[in-house]
Amino acid sequence: MTESTYRIRGATGDWEVVIGLEVHAQVTSNAKLFSGAATAFGAEPNTQVSLVDAAMPGMLPTPNRECIRQAVRTGMAIDAVINKWSRFDRKNYFYADLPQGYQISQLYHPLVGEGSITVVLDEKNPDSPTKTIGVERIHVEQDAGKLMHDQHPTRSYVDLNRSGVALMEIVSRPDMRSPVEAGAYLSKLRTILRYVGSCDGNMDQGSMRADVNVSVRRPGEELGTRTETKNVNSVRFVMAAIEYEANRQVAVLEDGGRIVQETRLFDPDKGVTRSMRSKEDAHDYRYFPDPDLLPLELDDAFLDECRASLPELPDAKRRRYEGELGLSAYNAAVLTAEVETARWFEALLAECGSDVPAKSAANWLISDLYGALNRLGKGIVDSPVSPSQGAELLKLVADGTLSGTLSKQVFEIMLETGQGANAIVEERGLKQTSDTGAIEAVIAEVMEKNADKVADYRGGKDKLFGFFVGQTMKAMGGKANPGVVNDLLKKALG
Amino acid sequence: MLAALPMSVEPATVKRVAGLARIAITDAEAEKLAPELGNILGWIEQLGEVDTQGVEPMTAVIPNHLRLRDDAVTDGDVRDKVLANAPQGEHGFFTVPKVIE
Amino acid sequence: MSNLTDLGVAAIRDGVRAGTFSARDVADAFITAVAAAKPLNAFLVETPDHALAAAKVADDARAAGETLRPLAGVPIGMKDLFCTQGVETTAASGILKGFVPQYESTVSGNLWNAGAGMLGKLNLDQFAMGSSNETSAFGNVISPWRRPNDTAPMAPGGSSGGSSAAIAARLCPAATGTDTGGSIRQPAAFVGITGIKPTYGRCSRYGVVAFASSLDQAGPMARDVRDCAIMLEAMAGFDPKDSTSLDLPVPAWEAGLNASMAGKRVGIPKEYRVDGMPPEIEALWQQGIDWLKDAGAEIVEVSLPHTKYALPAYYIIAPAEASSNLARYDGVRFGQRVLPDGAGLQDMYAATRAAGFGDEVKRRIMIGTYVLSAGFYDAYYTQAQKVRTLIARDFEKAWEQCDVLLTPTAPSAAFALGEKSADPIAMYLNDVFTVPSSLAGLPAMSVPGGVDKDGLPLGLQIIGRPLDEQGVLNAGLAIEQRAGFVARADKWW
Ligand SMILES: [Mg+2]
Ligand SMILES: [Zn+2]
Repeated sequence: MTESTYRIRGATGDWEVVIGLEVHAQVTSNAKLFSGAATAFGAEPNTQVSLVDAAMPGMLPTPNRECIRQAVRTGMAIDAVINKWSRFDRKNYFYADLPQGYQISQLYHPLVGEGSITVVLDEKNPDSPTKTIGVERIHVEQDAGKLMHDQHPTRSYVDLNRSGVALMEIVSRPDMRSPVEAGAYLSKLRTILRYVGSCDGNMDQGSMRADVNVSVRRPGEELGTRTETKNVNSVRFVMAAIEYEANRQVAVLEDGGRIVQETRLFDPDKGVTRSMRSKEDAHDYRYFPDPDLLPLELDDAFLDECRASLPELPDAKRRRYEGELGLSAYNAAVLTAEVETARWFEALLAECGSDVPAKSAANWLISDLYGALNRLGKGIVDSPVSPSQGAELLKLVADGTLSGTLSKQVFEIMLETGQGANAIVEERGLKQTSDTGAIEAVIAEVMEKNADKVADYRGGKDKLFGFFVGQTMKAMGGKANPGVVNDLLKKALG
Repeated sequence: MLAALPMSVEPATVKRVAGLARIAITDAEAEKLAPELGNILGWIEQLGEVDTQGVEPMTAVIPNHLRLRDDAVTDGDVRDKVLANAPQGEHGFFTVPKVIE
Repeated sequence: MSNLTDLGVAAIRDGVRAGTFSARDVADAFITAVAAAKPLNAFLVETPDHALAAAKVADDARAAGETLRPLAGVPIGMKDLFCTQGVETTAASGILKGFVPQYESTVSGNLWNAGAGMLGKLNLDQFAMGSSNETSAFGNVISPWRRPNDTAPMAPGGSSGGSSAAIAARLCPAATGTDTGGSIRQPAAFVGITGIKPTYGRCSRYGVVAFASSLDQAGPMARDVRDCAIMLEAMAGFDPKDSTSLDLPVPAWEAGLNASMAGKRVGIPKEYRVDGMPPEIEALWQQGIDWLKDAGAEIVEVSLPHTKYALPAYYIIAPAEASSNLARYDGVRFGQRVLPDGAGLQDMYAATRAAGFGDEVKRRIMIGTYVLSAGFYDAYYTQAQKVRTLIARDFEKAWEQCDVLLTPTAPSAAFALGEKSADPIAMYLNDVFTVPSSLAGLPAMSVPGGVDKDGLPLGLQIIGRPLDEQGVLNAGLAIEQRAGFVARADKWW
């Protein structure tokens, strides 16, 4: 753990930035938090709305077990206190996207209490310092509907499809001190949610969005007044919003002004935040326990199931990859950053069995497979090559059938044709040869063509050895076993 | 029988509360309502006399647990019913006066 | 067939089963009575087709030799707080004028499944807020009762005043009511009928326009205890659509009726002997005690020390919940919308709600908003919920000494319309005896016990242990048999 040295350099000196994030993450569930309507993205307007979601008179909420379960599992994944007794409260305010006139949320007794998330500040650097960010709470609440303002000159359109979808609000402590720390926290949180399976993390579909609380102060002094920038929907934008907002606040303060506690919006096109016009009573939400719902009491069996169903989490996995598998810190970090990558890698290892060293599999995945996927513009879940196909290839390398060069060639053919490595090798005769007679004949030919270089080599130019290897391999069409070539060349050149 | 301790409520407070409750009221109505609400609030203030130290607020009158339902899609896809009573709407949406955010 | 409208639920049910008369005849008789009773303003919507359709089902079933359903052939009135599919439901508020639910409340659905038919939707105090039926947006309900030599319109009680008036006037044999702080029991007492609020959670709140969620309970109103038992059996039951619904089987209350109080202890809460109680009420209460003694009960005095705080606690909790429950009436998805020229969204809300809600509703929303607003929540709402815990504890202690409690239902007989409407607190005091059991979620019932000096009905209240509706009904039956209450309003409408 290290102190951040990030500072805004103002005209009157340095300023420290204090950041807290409130992340709204959509819980992965088939149905809504309090109704049986579907949650799928992109449906026709108002088709995924029950009469409960539309807040028709006399309609009542009935809670979805899976939403509670996923929030509990998320809490467990960040080592948080799980409150066996929690309650839903109503947050009262009027807006056209809020049919009930209140949001069912949890203020006084949230489902999940204190936890923490450890972030690595620079993923590329294995020796980068880590920092533990406190999580104050996670509570479960309803999402609002959606308003559209550009469909009609004088009217806004109301679509309630999202109304009542379950959200987890994950509230951090104001523990972050730089845009990079906030970015790392949000990325890590997203990784954890995706490992747990409690949120798909699709920020562009709004499945995760952050309210960014920023204040500035002289290093070591009391907390300054904060602003809250709402609904920022990418890691990059969160970092940009903090950067802008911190500099804006410093400018205001150095100008002799004061920071107003207010809600702001981030404009991603211009990279700026701006004030939302807010009414003076906007914050009197008149929270009180929802009388339509009883307290939520969880028993040990429920909690045990939640814990037992948790997968190995990224930090533990990373430690295991470094320790048990002997991977480099960098490779372990890359392979665990996305749950799909880790899943793919572990499937590959399983297929490889004991025939292929884990390190070779990791290297191949990170350089060859990632290289190919980048070129194709695909993610690992859409990889044209399956883990078992990858293992088939790696086994051919491990048993000496394919050289490094040949394996790359075979992999390209696999990508193009979808054929398996064994079939390609058979069909195209790409097996590497250790036939000494054939190699010796080629070496003799190469030496004859390059008599001058043979003389130079024998005269002491050792570096030319590589040249002869290259020429021999080329003449062999890359199929010669490099070890055998080396041995025979040494013998022939003397 | 029950003491009514008049409490003073300012018309400005009445207007603020009406604003929170989204009920339009005129100044005259606020003037009229202020003493009325003051009386009622003064009357309920007597609750302050009750020693409630160590008493938990009521959560459920009859001992009962919150039931959790299965995560199945059992509802929705009833747009006609949802929109049937809409005072105004078009193209499958409810509509409201344009909101400037 | 003469005077079918004089029959109650059990008599109609049994007569239809026996073929003494047809369900059609019964429906026709009540439909005619309803149509002829406009001056009472008890019905907001008349639904003769619904009643006739149910009657036809009953008659056809009988003709086919099928077993008839429990309420086959019984036409009833439905308080207009219950959403009824395809039938306008307004909760007697202008803001819901024209609202036609696309769904059926669980309780009304249960009644239709039991074979009952609907004569119409009954007027009430707007959003069930009131004790006199003077807050309906569609005019006051007029009680069939009058003081002697006086044509001044009398209050039928509230909020289920349309229900009470309709039953007392023989416009329906039974009706649904809802009770938040006494809205079944007080109107039942005012018109000389019987009504029971079951244990909180017995009847589903799904599809019932919400007033105060932690208090609202549906229950039946009818002319006698047996009819209430029959109705309640049909209305009650577990409903997964209401999180506060009790997952318990519905007892066979009618079969369990037993007027003997032998071995039962009846508690008399001394704190209910309030200052200024009219001597007639006092006398009736004593009479009730004697009747239950006569039925074999042992009488014990009990103390419910926090009784005097029940009303103020109620007038924090109920308005607080109501202020939030009524936020959905905003002119966006249903109901009336008022859009002044050039108004934005928030102005539309304020104009819609100002025009759509009546004064009492606004008053309670304002009180509720105030007590929940920043800085006041703990002092008012939390304190009230703590007091509520103490009130519930008082009852729990009382149950160590007795099986049921006997009290008057209301502190007075019915008053004339307008007599109390100027003073909200005076009006709220009507509920002084009914509110404590509501706060504790207990089953409680009002049965007619006698009349006052003007010949107006007076009711006795029986409060029971949680889930002991049977004990309440049985004590009610013991009183009913001894009171021999037969007074009825002279027909003037
Ligand atoms: Mg927040
Ligand atoms: Zn939130």
